[in-house]
Amino acid sequence: MSLLLERIRKSYREPGGRKLPVLGIERFEMAQGEQVALLGSSGGGKTTLLNIISGILTPDSGRVIVDGRDIAAMQEVVRDRFRATKIGIVFQTFNLLPAFSALENVLLGMSFSGKGVDKAFAKQLLERVGLGHRLNHSPQKLSVGEQQRVAVARSLANKPVLLLADEPTANVDPANQQLILDLIRDTCRDHNVSLLMVTHSMEVASAYQRVEKLQEFNRPELCLQEQTV
Amino acid sequence: MNLLTIAWKSIRQRTLASFLTALSIGLGVMLMVLVLVIFGAVNSAFTQRSVGYDLIVGPKGSDLQLVLSAVYRIQPPIENLPYMYLEQLKKDRRIISAVPLAFGDVTEAGSFPIVGTTTEYFENEYMPGQRFKIRGERISALFDGIIGAEVARQNGWDVGSTFSIVHGGAESGDVHDEKFTVVAVLAPTGTANDRTVFLNLEGFYAIAGHEKPVDEIEKRLKDFYAADPERLADAMQQLEGYKQTEKAAGDAHDHTHASPDAMKEVTAILVRTRPETPFDAISLSAELQKGFQAMAVNPVRPIQRLVTGLLGNIQKALVVLTGIIILVSGVGIFVSIYNSMSDRRREIAIMRALGAGRMHVFGIVLAESTLLCVGGGVVGWLVGHGLAIGASPWVIRQTGLLINPWALNSWEAILFPVLVGLAALVGFLPAMTAYRTNVADALSS
Repeated sequence: MSLLLERIRKSYREPGGRKLPVLGIERFEMAQGEQVALLGSSGGGKTTLLNIISGILTPDSGRVIVDGRDIAAMQEVVRDRFRATKIGIVFQTFNLLPAFSALENVLLGMSFSGKGVDKAFAKQLLERVGLGHRLNHSPQKLSVGEQQRVAVARSLANKPVLLLADEPTANVDPANQQLILDLIRDTCRDHNVSLLMVTHSMEVASAYQRVEKLQEFNRPELCLQEQTV
Repeated sequence: MNLLTIAWKSIRQRTLASFLTALSIGLGVMLMVLVLVIFGAVNSAFTQRSVGYDLIVGPKGSDLQLVLSAVYRIQPPIENLPYMYLEQLKKDRRIISAVPLAFGDVTEAGSFPIVGTTTEYFENEYMPGQRFKIRGERISALFDGIIGAEVARQNGWDVGSTFSIVHGGAESGDVHDEKFTVVAVLAPTGTANDRTVFLNLEGFYAIAGHEKPVDEIEKRLKDFYAADPERLADAMQQLEGYKQTEKAAGDAHDHTHASPDAMKEVTAILVRTRPETPFDAISLSAELQKGFQAMAVNPVRPIQRLVTGLLGNIQKALVVLTGIIILVSGVGIFVSIYNSMSDRRREIAIMRALGAGRMHVFGIVLAESTLLCVGGGVVGWLVGHGLAIGASPWVIRQTGLLINPWALNSWEAILFPVLVGLAALVGFLPAMTAYRTNVADALSS
C-alpha cells in the first residue's frame, strides 16, 4: 500500500480562539502505482490534506501511512528527510526557484534527500518531459508550460513512491494543460509511482479510473464530535 | 548541491546588493591590511636595521637622537667624540669591532647625508645575516666615495660620477671646494644606507673647514679627559707638535696633509662585542654610563620605545578604526540579508517542501552571510596586499621604507576568524527567520 489515512482530524485555531474543523477522514487508501483524482471545491480542505500527507502539516490526530511508515508520528527532521525521498509534489504555481536553472531545480530536489545528486538521472527526467534542450535555462526564460514540466521532473527526482499534484494545470494555458496532465500520468506510470491528482475540474477527473470527492469522505464535524465526547 | 552552492546562487540572485555589501567589507579589510603593511614596514625599519651592531657610542645626550642620527640619519648629531677615544675603545678586549662615523654634511645634489667611515663598515653585517653587496672598487684615494642605491638612482650617479658636498646641511649653502668621485655603488638594503654617501674617513677630515681651530680642540680635550691626565698629556703633546708644524708651514699650508689623532673627531662609534659573551655589551654600556665622557646605547631599545610608545598606539587606533569600518559593513550585510528574507520566504518554503530541514535553510542563510563576509574579506585582503606590492617601489623611493607586501601581521591571523564570527553574528537573525518559516503559510501566500 502506498498511502493510508486513518482517523485524520485537523482543525485550525481562529483569531478569536475558536476551533475551525477542516478535516475529518476516517479512512482513505491508495495502492502502489494507483492513480486517483481527488475532486474538491475551493476551501474544502484539499491543500490541508496534501500538506498533511506530505508531512508539511501534522494532523491533530490520526495516522498518515506512506510506504508503510507513519509520517505523523515522525520527528520533524525525520519527516523532512522522508518527504524528500518518498514524496514528490507538483504545485499549482510551479514553485521553481528563480536563481536556479531547469537542471539545477531538479538537482535541488535531490540535494535534500541525503542520497546525493544524480545529474544523469536529472537530465534524463528533463529529456523525458521534453526539456533536454533547455537544461540551463532559468525559469524566467521558460514558458509557463515548460516551467510546470520542470516541476514535474523535479517531483520525480528522488524516485518517490507517491506523487501529490495540486491542480497542476490551473495556471497553464489550455494548449499545454492536457500535455502536462498526460505527462504526469505517463511518467508516474513509467516509474510505478502512485499519483494523487487534486483538481476541481470534472473534465480532468474524468480521465481517471478512480475519482474521489473530498466532501464525500471528509467529515470535519468529526473533530467537534470527538471534542464533545 | 551543497549549502554553499545554494547560498552562492542566492547571492547571485541579488547581485548588486550582495556586491555592494561584500565590497564594503572588502574595503574595510583592504584598509586594515594597508595599515598593517605600512606599520609593519615602519616597525621593521625601526627595530631591525640597527641590530647589526650591539652598541652605539656617542657623546652624552639623548640616546634616541644618537640612534636616529647614527643609524637612521634623520637627526643632526649631538656632538663629537675625540678620535683618540675610538683608539681607546679598540683596545678594550670586549670589543671585536669599533667603526667610526663622522657626519654633518650633505651632498649638493639631493641633500643626501655624508658619512665618513672606514672600510670596516662595509665588511661588517649591516643587519644580522646581511652583508653589503658592492658594485665597484674599494675606496683607495682620499676623495673616493661609495654611494647608496637610492642616491645613485635619484641623482643618476654611477661609478666614475663626481659630486660636491655642502657643509653642515643643505640650508648653509656653503659648498666645499673638493670634488669627490664615486668608486662603488651599494645594492639596495632597505636601510638608511641606501640614502647615504660614504666617504673615506681620512678624506672627510681633509675637507677644508672640517678641521676645528687648535684652541677649540684643546679646550674640548681638556674637558673630555679631565679625569684622565695621562691621555690628556698625550693629546696635548700631539697638539703642541701640530702647532709647531703649522707654524713652520706658514700660510702655504695644505689641508690635505695628515693631522694628528688629537685633532680629529668622530660623531659616533658603532661597536660589536663578542657574540659568545653577550654580557660584554651590557657591562660596557653600564661602564660608560657611569663616566662623564660618552654613552653607549643599545640601538634597539630607544627605537622600540619610540615605536611601541608612539607608533604602536597610532597603529592600534587605526586598526580599531578599520575594525569599526568592517563592523559597520557587517551591519550592512545584516540589513541586506534581513530585508531580503520577506521576499525569500516563499523560496525557503519551497526548499522545505522539497525536503530541506529547518537546519538546512538556517545553514543556507548563514553560509550566505559567511560567503559575503569572508569572500569580501579575502578580496579586500588580496587587493590590500596587491596595492602594497604595486606601491612598494614608490614607497621605497619616497621614504626609504622597505615594504614587504606579503609580510603577515598577527592581526591578520585573527582577521578571518573574526570575519567568520561576524558572519555568524549578522547572519543569525535572518537564519532564525528562515528556520521559523511556516511552510504551509508561505506556500499558500
